[in-house]
Amino acid sequence: MIRSDILRDIAPVIRDQLVICNIGLPSQELHMIDDQPTNFYMLGTMGLASSIGLGLALAQEKTVISIDGDGSVLTNFGTLPTIANNVADNFILLIIDNGSYGSTGDQPTYAGRKTSLAAVATACGCETVAECAAEEVKATLEAAIASAKMTVIVAKCESGNIKVPVITKDPVSIRDRFMEAVRG
Amino acid sequence: MSIHTRIVDDLIANDISFVTTVPCKQLAGVIEEVEARPEIAHVPANKEDEGMGLCAGAYMGGKRPAIIMQNTAIGVTINTLVTLTQFYRMPLPMLISYRGELREPVACQAEMAVHTKALLNQLHIPTYHFHKEDDVEELDAILKYTFMCSKPVAILTDATFWGGY
Repeated sequence: MIRSDILRDIAPVIRDQLVICNIGLPSQELHMIDDQPTNFYMLGTMGLASSIGLGLALAQEKTVISIDGDGSVLTNFGTLPTIANNVADNFILLIIDNGSYGSTGDQPTYAGRKTSLAAVATACGCETVAECAAEEVKATLEAAIASAKMTVIVAKCESGNIKVPVITKDPVSIRDRFMEAVRG
Repeated sequence: MSIHTRIVDDLIANDISFVTTVPCKQLAGVIEEVEARPEIAHVPANKEDEGMGLCAGAYMGGKRPAIIMQNTAIGVTINTLVTLTQFYRMPLPMLISYRGELREPVACQAEMAVHTKALLNQLHIPTYHFHKEDDVEELDAILKYTFMCSKPVAILTDATFWGGY
């Protein structure tokens, strides 16, 4: 399975949750598969999906799922200690770890080599860390939502992309629609 | 009343309830005050762009955020300021220690100081410079202005303002 297969699989689980989606192909794929007002698409700013998600989770009570990538977590490694030390039990960080920088041409990341993001998250102090295979992401995510415990999920999958159109929605419209969904 | 209390009182009076910080010696007192006040959720960040991400999330969650950081962070955060805070049109007061100005003992700080205002100007970020202690009188109006126009706004505070390094 590749990232877009996982997104298709989990779409029914996340469609009623607040989702912060990573820059590039992840956002474009989610937008194509199941566009929802509860989705915040990042059109720029690589690395900050987990930070935005944590800030949102700390500011209000609804469950927040940040869909991140291994490359983006590597870019913003400082996020993991901040998450671990500011526990928000309504926050789930889903790292889709395909061992590559998918949006830029599948260059390999260190997470696909010697570095284990699950081990790093644990070492940073994150208390509930689950590594799972692509086929298990949906069940793992459902369990994490039900547990109401802050959870980091590292979902291992294959590298690869599908053809998707870029998002042409206005950023302020995306943000405004999302904020209305947060309040609703 | 100390300058630190005065500043944090103004943040609270403007309903700012989520503050992220990356420390600087000049900001130690104000960060301590932020941490001490129950009205504010204080989330220290490891890097300033991470902090701006936290602030963006808190803002979308209905809280008014602020970031406290050093001016060297302008070099770190240009992409985030442009593609997140400005592109999605979000308000962000930035209380910034302006290192490398008069009374600075560390030569390297002057290197970033000379670029600070030019970069903020290039980014079209409204910028205020607190040099004398009385300049703090404008903080309340600057915070109101920030949330009125939904922009990142810089408040540069130099060593003279803080009463020496």
